[in-house]
Amino acid sequence: MSTTAEVHSREVTGAMGSGLRGATKVRHGRERLFQWLFLAPAVLYMLLFFGYPVVKNITMSFQDYTSSTFFSGLAPWVGFSNYSAVVGMPVFSKALINTALFTIGSIAGQFVIGLALAVFFRNRFRLSGILRSLLLLPWLLPLIVSSAIWKWILDTDSGALNQFLRAAGLIHTNVPWLTSTSVALLAVIAVNIWIGIPFNVTILYGGLQDIPEDLYEAGSLDGATGWKAFRSITWPLLRPVVSVVLVLGVVYTVKVLDIILGLTNGGPANATQTIATQSYLLSFGQFEFGQGAALGNVLIVISLIFAIFYLRATRRAVDE
Amino acid sequence: MKTVLGRSLKASALGAALLVTLPLALTGCGSKSTPAAASSGGVAAPATVHVLDYYNEGNDSKVIGAALTACGKANNLTVVRDAIPGSGLIQKVLQESSSKTLPDVLMLDNPDMQQIAASGALTPLSDYGISTADYAPGILQAGTYKDKIYGLAPTVNSIALFYNKDVLTKAGITPPTTWAELQADAKKLTVGTQYGLALDANATYEGSWTFLPFMWSNGGSEKDINTPQVAEALQFWVGLMKDGSLSKGALNWTQADAENQFAAGKAAMMVNGPWQFPTLNAVKGLNYGVVPIPVNRTGQVAQAPLGGEVWTVPNTGNTENEKNGAKIVACLNSDANQIAMGVARGTVPSKTTLAAAFLKQAPTMAAFTKTVATARARTAILGVAWPKTATAIYTAVQSALTGQSSPADALKSAASTVG
Repeated sequence: MSTTAEVHSREVTGAMGSGLRGATKVRHGRERLFQWLFLAPAVLYMLLFFGYPVVKNITMSFQDYTSSTFFSGLAPWVGFSNYSAVVGMPVFSKALINTALFTIGSIAGQFVIGLALAVFFRNRFRLSGILRSLLLLPWLLPLIVSSAIWKWILDTDSGALNQFLRAAGLIHTNVPWLTSTSVALLAVIAVNIWIGIPFNVTILYGGLQDIPEDLYEAGSLDGATGWKAFRSITWPLLRPVVSVVLVLGVVYTVKVLDIILGLTNGGPANATQTIATQSYLLSFGQFEFGQGAALGNVLIVISLIFAIFYLRATRRAVDE
Repeated sequence: MKTVLGRSLKASALGAALLVTLPLALTGCGSKSTPAAASSGGVAAPATVHVLDYYNEGNDSKVIGAALTACGKANNLTVVRDAIPGSGLIQKVLQESSSKTLPDVLMLDNPDMQQIAASGALTPLSDYGISTADYAPGILQAGTYKDKIYGLAPTVNSIALFYNKDVLTKAGITPPTTWAELQADAKKLTVGTQYGLALDANATYEGSWTFLPFMWSNGGSEKDINTPQVAEALQFWVGLMKDGSLSKGALNWTQADAENQFAAGKAAMMVNGPWQFPTLNAVKGLNYGVVPIPVNRTGQVAQAPLGGEVWTVPNTGNTENEKNGAKIVACLNSDANQIAMGVARGTVPSKTTLAAAFLKQAPTMAAFTKTVATARARTAILGVAWPKTATAIYTAVQSALTGQSSPADALKSAASTVG
């Protein structure tokens, strides 16, 4: 902040002292240049890797962009017809609802379990360090590997989960985890929760470490222990971290693709089809790149809405 | 203070949001960013032929690689081969066609070929005087776009009914030839943890591919899937699942999963292709046979979908390289190579005239040789519109098998998405 103030004061003195005007102008100009030079790498990076793809994706969504376009470079403009086509598909409303259920379900599960584990690991005990690092395991596995293994585990007849549940006497007929239209989405959400827990635990655990121990000591003197301590000390102080975890979680979850493709490819009968998988299948299954891009943009708008929420939340936090 | 911090936060949050779109957009257009490579395809040394295919593993990779090298030697050309995983091939082809770096010889899965030919990225094989006589009609249809042949396959494959000889003999059953027999046998063979039949009914093009023989031999057509013939075929599948002869797991099985079930003795029969032979032959104590997929009524002709990859000569703009590429394509499709590749890979030579000579060397391929002679190309009628209908077919199959709707209703609503 001091730089802006300095520049400002120099401007004022420069305007008043006419003899110094030239020199200040040069110095002022150079300072500006340096400011831009510092900005340049970030700006360039953003334009190249965020700006260009987004602009391209938006233009693509207004074009009849097919496999021929790649060779001929020709992609006629078609206005909003890609948008009306994807929104008019019978699967669209289903995919939208599935996206919402998948996102809400995954985030709720990941967050609650993640927070519980983070609080649990706050108490140091023997092997807690090792256990905590083991918890990161799902994060370290490639998603394709995780989904392939879960697909085996969840198989109706020979899957490990059904075998276990039967042996434990919890079920008598096999549960069609990935092959029933009513259970498949739940199963996919459960796998995504498993994958998302490490992220939640790590960030929330970091947030918990920042809460000073003496607050709990002081609180316990006033009778705030256990649940009460969590409600009046942990939760309020953890809120900024919580909002980051939730917003990033939503942005990551809305676009989840590989897990669903690996587990069910959107089946059975579109029961696990989301906007992201549908967009992928349109682009790379049916070569309708324009329609795929249009659906991709719908996804961007959803993410942006959450980004705005995040901005407002953090701005309020800064204001406070 | 507030504004500056606010702005940087805004930037990073926006960045995070935009990151979501990156993979989508990059895969679609990233290739444009390599214009420097544009000329490399044309500048290649005169005697070098670049080949792109997806036989990147195991026996296939060895056999195809050796054939390519031999064809290069015979024509005094150096073959530089790039074998990549199948799932990435089309994306790579699209990238290379936009950066003008297509190879001189390109292998494509037959249902994809018309899509690529339609883009103008391939040259017709008649330009090079390559003969297309004696080929099975199905494979020529798959290789044809707008009356010109762009791709030829040395060997092709299809799907048929595999059965466990020991299990069937024990139950006193001979391999079924009609749907009624198949249904009754499958039911009889479903005991304990063993299902009567395994097949791939998943939500991918593989699922559609498995359904096609049932739909086609019953008189159904991909031109309009909302017909009683297709509904009858789908009803047959629904019946198998209702009987319990076909596991619900089939809804999420790949062909490899179906093969695992069969090999593990958890299915007495399965619908699958000859590419499973190496794995099945490695299973100790498994004694299996193969027959064509049963038809609804005796007298109907079994019609299975034609599988296999065609070899094409891309339009690189360099006539010299294109001619060299064509030499390789012609050599791969020679009579001797067709038989050799068929024997080595468990596929069927695509020239019907070679059937007798081939069966002498590979008698176990009888059922597939018979099937391939009448096999249909998936893109024969619909051409580049096939992927949309293939999606509609597996969607209808799944919604009927899960009991979401009746076969007729499922097909009706799926047909409406094709438009």
